[in-house]
Amino acid sequence: MTPSVRLQEMIRVIRSARTQGEERGIIQRECADIRSQFRQGDNGERSHSLAKLLYVHMLGYPAHFGQMECVRLIASPRYSEKRIGYLGAMMLLDEKQDASLLITNSIKNDLSHSSQYVQSLALCTLACMGSAEMCRDLAPEIERLLRASHSYIKKKATLCAVHIIRKVPELAELFTPSARTLLSEKNHGVLHGAVVLITELCERNPDTLVQFRKAVPELVQIMKGLVTSSYSPEHNVAGISDPFLQVRILRLLRILGHNNDTASDAMNDLLAQVATNTDSSKTAGSAVLYETVLTIMDINSESGLRVLAVNILGRFLLNNDRNIRYISMTSLQKIVQTDHNAVQRHRGTIVDCLKDQDTSVKRRALELSLALVSAVNIRSMMKELLIFLSVCPPELRSQTASGIFNAAERYSPSKRWHIDTILHVLTTAGGDVRDETVPNLIQLITTASELHCYTVHKLYRALIKDIAQQSLVQVACWCIGEYGDLLLKGECEEIEPVQVTEDDILDALETVLQSHMSSPATRGFALTATMKLSTRITDNVDRIRSIVSIYGSCIDLELQQRAVEYNALFKKYDHMRAAVLERMPVMDKNSPGHTNGDTSGEIKEPDTSKPKPVEAGLLSEPASQVCDLLDLLGGTDTPLQPSPAPTSTPTTTSSADLLDLLGGLEIKPVPTVSVYEKNGLSLKIQCDKQTETEVTVTLIASNSTQNDITNFTLQAAVPKSVQLQMKAPSGNVIPAHGLGQVTQTVLLNNPNKVSLKMRIRVAYSNQGAMHQDTVQIDSFPSAACQPSFSPL
Amino acid sequence: MTMHFLLLFSRQGKLRLQKWFLPLPERERKKIVKDMTTMVLSRKPRTCNFLHWKDLKIVYKRYASLYFCCALENQDNELLALEILHRYVELLDKYFGNVCELDIIFNFEKAYFILDEFLMGGEIQETSKQSIAKSVEASDMLQEVRH
Repeated sequence: MTPSVRLQEMIRVIRSARTQGEERGIIQRECADIRSQFRQGDNGERSHSLAKLLYVHMLGYPAHFGQMECVRLIASPRYSEKRIGYLGAMMLLDEKQDASLLITNSIKNDLSHSSQYVQSLALCTLACMGSAEMCRDLAPEIERLLRASHSYIKKKATLCAVHIIRKVPELAELFTPSARTLLSEKNHGVLHGAVVLITELCERNPDTLVQFRKAVPELVQIMKGLVTSSYSPEHNVAGISDPFLQVRILRLLRILGHNNDTASDAMNDLLAQVATNTDSSKTAGSAVLYETVLTIMDINSESGLRVLAVNILGRFLLNNDRNIRYISMTSLQKIVQTDHNAVQRHRGTIVDCLKDQDTSVKRRALELSLALVSAVNIRSMMKELLIFLSVCPPELRSQTASGIFNAAERYSPSKRWHIDTILHVLTTAGGDVRDETVPNLIQLITTASELHCYTVHKLYRALIKDIAQQSLVQVACWCIGEYGDLLLKGECEEIEPVQVTEDDILDALETVLQSHMSSPATRGFALTATMKLSTRITDNVDRIRSIVSIYGSCIDLELQQRAVEYNALFKKYDHMRAAVLERMPVMDKNSPGHTNGDTSGEIKEPDTSKPKPVEAGLLSEPASQVCDLLDLLGGTDTPLQPSPAPTSTPTTTSSADLLDLLGGLEIKPVPTVSVYEKNGLSLKIQCDKQTETEVTVTLIASNSTQNDITNFTLQAAVPKSVQLQMKAPSGNVIPAHGLGQVTQTVLLNNPNKVSLKMRIRVAYSNQGAMHQDTVQIDSFPSAACQPSFSPL
Repeated sequence: MTMHFLLLFSRQGKLRLQKWFLPLPERERKKIVKDMTTMVLSRKPRTCNFLHWKDLKIVYKRYASLYFCCALENQDNELLALEILHRYVELLDKYFGNVCELDIIFNFEKAYFILDEFLMGGEIQETSKQSIAKSVEASDMLQEVRH
């Protein structure tokens, strides 16, 4: 019985094990047997024991106790033992193991062995697992073998040299001289190794690269020989003569020709020849063509050649072989920026590949299609992309959606088309879009003011159909809240009219609020929208009031807070409600409110520099009073631009409690100037310059009468170019006898640096009587911030 | 063609051959084998033979009951890698005569010896089938004679 059968017998036994446990038992017994064999020393059986151990190792069991045996077997004079010993070394030892150093000496000896097959073992092992130290030790030996021996050893020594250079780059100089001469070898194995070696040398050292550029003509000759040679059975693969060598040479030519005109010119004809003559019906030919295309695109080739290359890729796109279609698209992706027009010619085929079965091909086709979208083809491309979105695999949906958004943003032919496209994406794949889609879309909608009616109708219809897509629902709620009045009007130019009643709208919003499909953020949108509608509808305000008060006890903290504040708006601040909830101005893409990503639809500070004549008619009584206030200011003969009155409204974005803290803080000892004294109510002002354009003004009200002042409110107006933000007052009751104060902070931003003025209206009750008064502060000199004032 | 590793595994995910051209600790090798088998075995039929994994390109091909899987660097030619895998299968076929998975299981060391005549350090060392076949034959004879 030859020993090899014993190995096979063991394998058979192991495979017959029916359970993992049984297998483990068998393995344990065998390993014990192997260990005792190792201990016995030289008995002619060691190589088979090691072979068994290697099989066990491949199954995943530990085999480190075999490492020393490998060392011993490598040192054996018997070829069979050396062979398995070296194999074991490659499998069990790596450069991190100490034992690997022990075989350095054996390798050194075997490199000079009389038998080339022993030399081959040593070379192979060194190239597989040689550490940097081993490589340094043995490099001179390898270099000698490169030059002296015959082709069987030469080709292996060459690749060994490649490994040495990768491990110890400084040794590259040692091999550079021999590398050049190797190119004149006839043996393909050696030639291939030489090309690999030269490639490695050139990639690591730019000076060496310059040196080897002189070899371009020689390489071109070799290639030509291969391409035009007659059939050689030894190297032929599907009609191509040695495709492995051809690809390797093409790759080296690519490196040598890159960014160098002379070298590129020298290889121009050859590349054209290869590109035209290579038969690509089988993979081997396609591999060579592929490498040729890569080389053409990466060197300074003339435009005719580049067009030829792109056309080859276009032909690949129509190939039946899926692999070839795939790599064609990866290559086109790389050149779509630089050779855009050439790739555009194949756009139709690329778009067809969106329908391919293979997900990888689909992915590549998607990336390419998105790269090929331009202003000219946007409409047709978008049609295809939207069709793709509805059928594409789930892992590609978010990429498709964001690609569509980017393309729409850059090339949309009209605002309405843009909005329609985004709506289409939200309906099809709303769950896969990115978070910033919602604020982006809202911003887009506000800018398309002529389309508000159309947009809100479309969104309303989408909403009543399906409330599962959160982003769509959020945008729809926001729009309905903002433009609900337009929805109620019923007619709209671009869409068939449908009668929508106030109840319908409130029903829709309530459905969103109550649905378990709605996320907390969505419900926040719906609640705010409901609240906004209280100023846009006429009949159902009570219904809104009750919805809002119900959510005052909602478990969700955010919703509860909103509901409580909206309740307060109904009760205590009803006169402010319309102003607070009025139509939002057009949002700039870069305005602070926008980039904060504030998607909650919170009441934002309106931009006071934009006139809004349309909205004036929608405001109810209290807001128009504010308008009047500012009208007065606008009419003064100060250097202000004449334009319709802007509105500036006080905001109550945070709870009063929080601002009590902030309102009460007066850290710096700033001078307090009195601006109003009447009927026991005195108003003082403190000015704090924050930056060149920003000023914080604190208004302090105190009461010297016998009775408390109640329902105390302040309203303020400033010139048009100045932005004003009023924080909530610390309270609205001023205790009598000067026992307490009410403070309110106002932030002013004066970007145009006009002279600051402020008009303040106070309103309060004292002893049951309502009082109202106005005071104008005419100048806040920037230096000392000391206001001068004139009571009216 | 700088190959990082070459794996052969069955359709049940059992490893039949592993050749590593880079030094990696044992733990990492086991993880890579697991990742590869999971990724390749979950591929649907009629999909292309190329995958992306970390920063490597994975090329795989199924021959009967064995998957041949190799990892390439980014600038390597995938189509040529398919040809390399095919060449290796041809070499095995010539040596064993109508090779099947069992041949590779019971004679795994021979499969390695053949591979070591074809690839070295992740690169092709010989492009002629006959030349490789001759070398393997001669080595086998040497083994027998000495033994």
